[in-house]
Amino acid sequence: MSELLLARWQFGITSVYHFLFVPLTLGLSVLVAIMETMYVRTGNEIYKKMTKFWGKLFLINFAMGVVTGIVQEFHFGMNWSEYSRFVGDIFGAPLAIEALLAFFIESVFLGVWVFGWDKLPKQLHALSIWLVAIGGNLSALWILIANSFMQAPVGYAIRNGRAEMTDFFALITNPHVFYQFPHTVLGGFATGAFFVIGISAYKLLRKKDLEVFRKSMQIGLIFGLISVFLVANVGHLQGQHLVETQPMKMAAAEAHWETAKPAPFAVLAVVDEQNQRNSFEITIPRLLSFLSYNNFSSEVKGLKDLQAEAEAQYGPGNYIPPVSSIFWSFRIMVGAGTCMIFIALVGLYLWKKGTLETKPLVLKALLWSIPLPYIANSTGWFMAEVGRQPWIVYGLQRVEQAVSPSVSAGEILVSLIGFTIIYGVLAIVDVYLLVKFIKQGPEQPTLSNHLESNGKGVSLWT
Amino acid sequence: MDLNILWFILVTVLFIGFFFLEGFDYGVGILLPFLGKNDTERRIIINTIGPVWDGNEVWLITAGGAVFAAFPNWYATLFSGFYLALFLILLALIVRGVAFEFRSSDRSPAWRKFWDNMIFLGSFISALLWGVAVTNLLQGVPIDGNMQYVGGFFDLISPYTLAGGLTTLLVFMLHGALFLSLKTEGELVERARAVATKISLVAVPVVLLLAVLTYLKTDLFAKAGAAAVFLLSAGCLLIAILMLRKGREGWAFICNSLTIVLFTVSMFWAMFPRLMVSSLQPDWSLTIYNASSSPYTLKIMTFIALTMVPIILLYQGWTYWVFRHRVTEKHLHY
Ligand code: HDD
Ligand code: HEM
Ligand code: HEM
Repeated sequence: MSELLLARWQFGITSVYHFLFVPLTLGLSVLVAIMETMYVRTGNEIYKKMTKFWGKLFLINFAMGVVTGIVQEFHFGMNWSEYSRFVGDIFGAPLAIEALLAFFIESVFLGVWVFGWDKLPKQLHALSIWLVAIGGNLSALWILIANSFMQAPVGYAIRNGRAEMTDFFALITNPHVFYQFPHTVLGGFATGAFFVIGISAYKLLRKKDLEVFRKSMQIGLIFGLISVFLVANVGHLQGQHLVETQPMKMAAAEAHWETAKPAPFAVLAVVDEQNQRNSFEITIPRLLSFLSYNNFSSEVKGLKDLQAEAEAQYGPGNYIPPVSSIFWSFRIMVGAGTCMIFIALVGLYLWKKGTLETKPLVLKALLWSIPLPYIANSTGWFMAEVGRQPWIVYGLQRVEQAVSPSVSAGEILVSLIGFTIIYGVLAIVDVYLLVKFIKQGPEQPTLSNHLESNGKGVSLWT
Repeated sequence: MDLNILWFILVTVLFIGFFFLEGFDYGVGILLPFLGKNDTERRIIINTIGPVWDGNEVWLITAGGAVFAAFPNWYATLFSGFYLALFLILLALIVRGVAFEFRSSDRSPAWRKFWDNMIFLGSFISALLWGVAVTNLLQGVPIDGNMQYVGGFFDLISPYTLAGGLTTLLVFMLHGALFLSLKTEGELVERARAVATKISLVAVPVVLLLAVLTYLKTDLFAKAGAAAVFLLSAGCLLIAILMLRKGREGWAFICNSLTIVLFTVSMFWAMFPRLMVSSLQPDWSLTIYNASSSPYTLKIMTFIALTMVPIILLYQGWTYWVFRHRVTEKHLHY
C-alpha cells in the first residue's frame, strides 16, 4: 500500500503548491487589467506605473503557476492510471477543453502584453491583459468542472467497466460547479486583493511612492471586501449544498457523530476518532440545524448513521474520512475568511475617513493579513479533497483502486523527493524576487527599458 | 472515416504543432550560452522567443489533454509507463519555464549565468527525450495483456531510441539556429549561420543512422506511405542544408520545418492504427480502438476541437505578425 500513500502525498503536495500561485493569478490579473483600463481611460501616468509594478509581480507569480500546472496535467496518467482509464472518457474532456479554450488565450496574450507595450495601440494592449485574466478564470472553470465530477458525478453511465459520458451538458451544468466555481474564483480575487492591500500598506508605512500605493490600496480594499464577502456567502450555500450531496464530508467538517434533531453546532471540539466521539466540545444548540437547513429544528445526520448507510449501499468498509483534520481545516478557512472581512471593513472605513495612513498598527495588520487568503485556499482544498475520501470519484471509485499498478514505490519516491526539492528551491527564489521588486518599488523601469523603433521585418524569402 | 481516425490525426497535428513551434524554442535555448557572447546578446536571443514560447508550449499541454480525452488508455499506459522519463521532462520544463522569467530579474552575472544554464539544460533534456519517447512508441515497449507497461526506465533506452533522441536534438538545434539567423541582426546572424552549418554536418550521419535503425528495428518501411514521408523528411533536411550553404536562411528554415513536420507524420503514420506498440505480443498493442473514448465523447470533442483550433491558429498567428521584426539592441524589452 505504500505506493498509494506516496502517490497521495505527491498529489497533495503538488496540488497545494500549484494552488499557491493560481489564486493570485486569478485575482491579480483582474486587478492589473482594471489598473491598465484606468490608465487608458484617464491617461494618468500613475496608473501606468501601477500597472507595470503589479504586472511585474504578477509575472513572477504566473511563471510559477504555469510550470507547476504542467505537472498537474500529466499527473493523472503518471500516478493514477487506473483512475484515468476509469473516468478518462469524461474527465479528459474538460482538461482538453481547458487547454484549447483557456491556456492558449492566457499564454499567447500574456506574451503580447509583456512584449507589446510599444507595438500595440493602448486599447489593444489593455485588451490583451483582459484576455489573460479571462483566460485564467476560464481555466479555473474547466478544471473545476473536472473536479466537480469527482465530487458529484453526473451525466455518465457505467459501461465497458468504466464511466462513460452520456450527457455533456449535464457535466458542464453540474450543480456542484455552481458553488465551487464562484467560491474558488472569488477566493482568488480575495487573494489578489489582499496581496495588493498588504503590499500597499507596507509602502504607505514607509511613505514611499504614496500616490501609487494610495490608489492601489483603494482599489484593493474595495475589490477585496466585495470578494471576501461574496466568498463567505457562496461558501455557506456550498456547505448547504454539500449537506445534500456529500453529507459525510459536512458531518466530518462539523465533527458531528450522532444524528440529532435539532443538531448543535460545535465551535471547538477535541475529536476522538478511535472511539467515534468528541472527548471535549463547546457547542451552540440548534445552530447546525440552522446552518444546514435554514431552520432551527431539522434533523442532521451524524457520521455513525452515514457510515451505516454507506455500508448498506457500498458494502463493508470505512467510509468516514479523517474527521479531525477536516473539522479543523474547515474552521481555519472560515476563521481566516471572517478575519479578512473584518480587516477589509476596518481598512475601508479608515480609508474613507482619510485616516488610514496615520494608523501604523492598522497598516501593519493589513500587511500581515497577506497569508490569510493563502491559508483559507489551502485548508479549503484540503477539506474538499480529503473530505471526499475514501472515494476518488464519489460513490464510484475508491482511491486504492485508482493508483497506477505499473509504477513502483521507488519511482514515486524519486519523483516525490525530486518535486519537493525543486519546488522548495523555487519557492525561495520566488519569494526572494517578489520581495526584491516590492522593495524596489515602481520607480525603477520594470517591464521595458529602451523602447525605440523596430528592427527590420523578417522575410522568409531572402 | 471514423472519429477514432480523425482523433488520431488531430493528436498528430497537435504534436506537429508542438514540435514545429517549441522545436525552435528548444534550439534557441540550447544555443543561448554558446551564441550570446555578452549579456545584451543573450537578452536579444531570449527575446526572439520571449513573446511566444509559452504559447508554443501550450501545444504540448493541449496534446496531453487531447490524448487524455480521446484515448484515455493511451494517456494512462504512456505516462505511468514512461514514469521516470516523463518526470525528467517535467523537471526540465519546470526549470526552463521559470528561468525565462527569473534570469533578468536580477543583475548579478552569476545569477544570470545560472538561469541561462537552466534554459540550456531544460531545453537540451526535453529536446533529447522527445525523440527517445517517439521512437519508443514505434519500436515497441513491454506492454502486457492488461495494457500495463511492465518494463523499467532502462528498457526505454536502446541504440535506436538514442538515435531518435539525437535526431530530435540536432534537428531542433538546427531549427533554432536558423530561426535566430532570421530574427537577429549583424554579427549574431553570422554566428547563427556558422553554428547551423556545423550542426547540419553532424545531423546528416545521425539521421542516416536513424534511418538504418528504423529499417532494422521497426516496421516503418513496411508501409510505403510512411516510408516515403520518412525519406522525404530526410530529403528536406538535405535541401535545408543546401539552402543554408547558399545563404538563404528563410528557405532553409522552411525546409527544416518540413523535416520536423514530415518526420512526425511518418512516425505516427507508421504506428497507425496503433498508439503504442507492444514488444511482447502484437495483439497487446494499444490501438485507436481499444484505447479510445466512447463515440459520444469523441463526437463532442470533435466539435469543440474543430471550432477552437482554427481560432487559436488565427490569433497565435497574429502574434507572430506583431512580433515579426528582427530583435535588436535598440528595442530590447524587459
Ligand atoms: C480566500 C479563500 C477562501 C475563503 C475566505 C473561504 N473559502 Fe471556502 N474554500 C476555498 C477558499 C476560501 C477554496 C480554496 O476555493 C475551496 C476549495 C474547494 C472549493 O470549492 O473552494 C473552499 C472550499 C470550501 C468548502 C468545501 C467545498 C467542497 O468540498 O466542495 C466549503 C463548505 C467552504 N469552502 C465554505 C466556506 C465558508 C462558509 C467560508 C466563510 C468564510 C469560506 N469557505 C471562506
Ligand atoms: C480542481 C482540480 C483538482 C482535481 C481534479 C484534483 C484531483 C485530485 C486527485 C485525483 C487526488 C488524488 C486521489 C485522492 O487522494 O483522492 C487528489 C488529492 C488531493 N488533492 Fe486534489 N485535485 C484538484 C485540485 C486540488 C487543489 C487546488 C488542491 C490544493 C490546494 C488539492 C489538494 C489535494 C490534496 C491535499 C490531496 C490529497 C488528499 C489525500 O489523498 O488524502 N486538490 N486531488
Ligand atoms: C482549482 C484548481 C485549479 C485552478 C483554478 C487552476 C487554474 C490555473 C491557472 C489560472 C493557471 C495559469 C497559470 C498560473 O497559475 O499563473 C494554471 C496553470 C496550469 N494549470 Fe491549473 N488550475 C487548477 C488545478 C489544476 C489541475 C488539477 C491541473 C491538472 C490537470 C491543472 C493544470 C494546469 C496546467 C497544465 C497549467 C499550465 C498552463 C499554461 O502553460 O498556461 N491545474 N492553472
